[in-house]
Amino acid sequence: MTTHALADAATLLGRSLRHIARSPDTIITTALTPIAMLLMFVYVIGGAINTGSSEPYVTYLLPGILLVTIASGIAYTAYRLFMDRQGGIFERFLSMPVARSSVLWAHVLTSMVANLLSVALVVLVAILIGFRSGAGVLAWLAVAGILTLFTLALTWLAVIPGLIATTVDGASGFAYPLIFLPFISSAFVPTATMPGPVRAFAEHQPVTAIVDTIRNLLTQQPVGGDIWIALAWCVGLLVVAYIAATSIFRRKLG
Amino acid sequence: MSAETQATVPEGRRFAIQVHGVQKSFGDLAVLRNIDLQVERGQIFALLGSNGAGKTTLVRILATLLHADAGTVTVNGFDIAGAAADVRRSISLTGQAAAVDGILTGRENLVLVARLRHQKAPAEIAARLLEQFGLTDAADRRVSEYSGGMRRRLDIAMSLIGDPPIIFFDEPTTGLDPQARLDVWHALKEASGHGTTILLTTQHLEEAEHLADNIAILHDGRIHACGTLAELKALLPPAEIQYVEKQPTLEDVFFAVVGGGGRDGNQASPGPVARDVKDTRDTKDTR
Repeated sequence: MTTHALADAATLLGRSLRHIARSPDTIITTALTPIAMLLMFVYVIGGAINTGSSEPYVTYLLPGILLVTIASGIAYTAYRLFMDRQGGIFERFLSMPVARSSVLWAHVLTSMVANLLSVALVVLVAILIGFRSGAGVLAWLAVAGILTLFTLALTWLAVIPGLIATTVDGASGFAYPLIFLPFISSAFVPTATMPGPVRAFAEHQPVTAIVDTIRNLLTQQPVGGDIWIALAWCVGLLVVAYIAATSIFRRKLG
Repeated sequence: MSAETQATVPEGRRFAIQVHGVQKSFGDLAVLRNIDLQVERGQIFALLGSNGAGKTTLVRILATLLHADAGTVTVNGFDIAGAAADVRRSISLTGQAAAVDGILTGRENLVLVARLRHQKAPAEIAARLLEQFGLTDAADRRVSEYSGGMRRRLDIAMSLIGDPPIIFFDEPTTGLDPQARLDVWHALKEASGHGTTILLTTQHLEEAEHLADNIAILHDGRIHACGTLAELKALLPPAEIQYVEKQPTLEDVFFAVVGGGGRDGNQASPGPVARDVKDTRDTKDTR
């Protein structure tokens, strides 16, 4: 059975990638809101924001916008999984001699590909409006690694509503709070200007650590301890979401 | 056992499906109270019951999608609890909603299932089934554009891939027009003719009457009666002979009015299914 797990996952991955290829609008709509935010913050609000650094505001802003992109992109994973359950094809796969874990992994890997494309689109727009980075290959690899880990963790989180939602709105609506998390972080403005309790929350939630790490990598600043806090948040969320999602999956079949 | 070998059948096994004392509750609601039934190999076995009788719950248990609270089940000689993977190699499930991928084309759906069943030549299998089910002309259109009858035919074609010895059909004709329903009946009979054991659930009495070798009546979570149509009829007092004027049924009228051909999607090439439809009508006319 396990010898087929990889082949089955590849077959099912091919299927959901085909879904994306046939509805490229999911990639574009995922990128559209973050791009609009990027433009609005750079050209409307950004002029009034003092980040205390010499970099252009777009450089300060981009890491947070990338997290917003991923947070809205993973909603499609919940949506696709829900639609598979709704249509009955989920049960068809599960009643076939395929490795059951591959049914979930195909959706997770599809999410990785789709979010990578959306993130690339956002970065492209950022470059067009003046984002520049002197970061070396290693720093870029580190940024890619953190974003990948973040996507993987949030995707497994998205598998949970995909498995338990009873309506399509329930499946995709869970992502909204995730999209707003960056607003109460260092993603748009430095936390120093926030009032006490808000600042305390902002400085101790995962987005700030991740955003600061990526920003420092891109602007060639020392990352300090932030990178470990960022990695700990990502890995911790990944482990919890993975365990929760797979146990719900198994219970669904019980 | 490797996945390639078709699930081998132990010698002398008479029954494709054996269910003993199966119970299933959802919370306080007892859906299956105490189910016993046996399905002989090669039979079409109809599970007849109204909505909410527990038919789908039983099928989902047999298809390893749901655990029973109590009882034992063997499918193709394999215990569903201990050898679920072998059970899955022995069965196909055609659920209530046509379990097809609307974004893919009909051909891609078939190739997908053939790959997942680890078949050697997925493209050839797909082409053969498209032909057999009269879907060749629509093969490269997205399934979301198919009519209900076409989706159901594709769904059944997908279930035949890999020649599973047992196929579950859960209300395969619900929501279909009369023509599409006859197509499904034909496909079922043809699969049965090749020796496949078929467990069919239905709420239509005449469907069970028309297709099934054996019929079990499921009501309120229990099997109330089980046997051939003749055996079930014998449960009632002998028929009293009455003379009644023979009125045409609405179905007779429907087929007399619409005539043959008229199948969605492939008027140009009536497949074997369409011929059968015509035969059925002709025999009715001469009666």
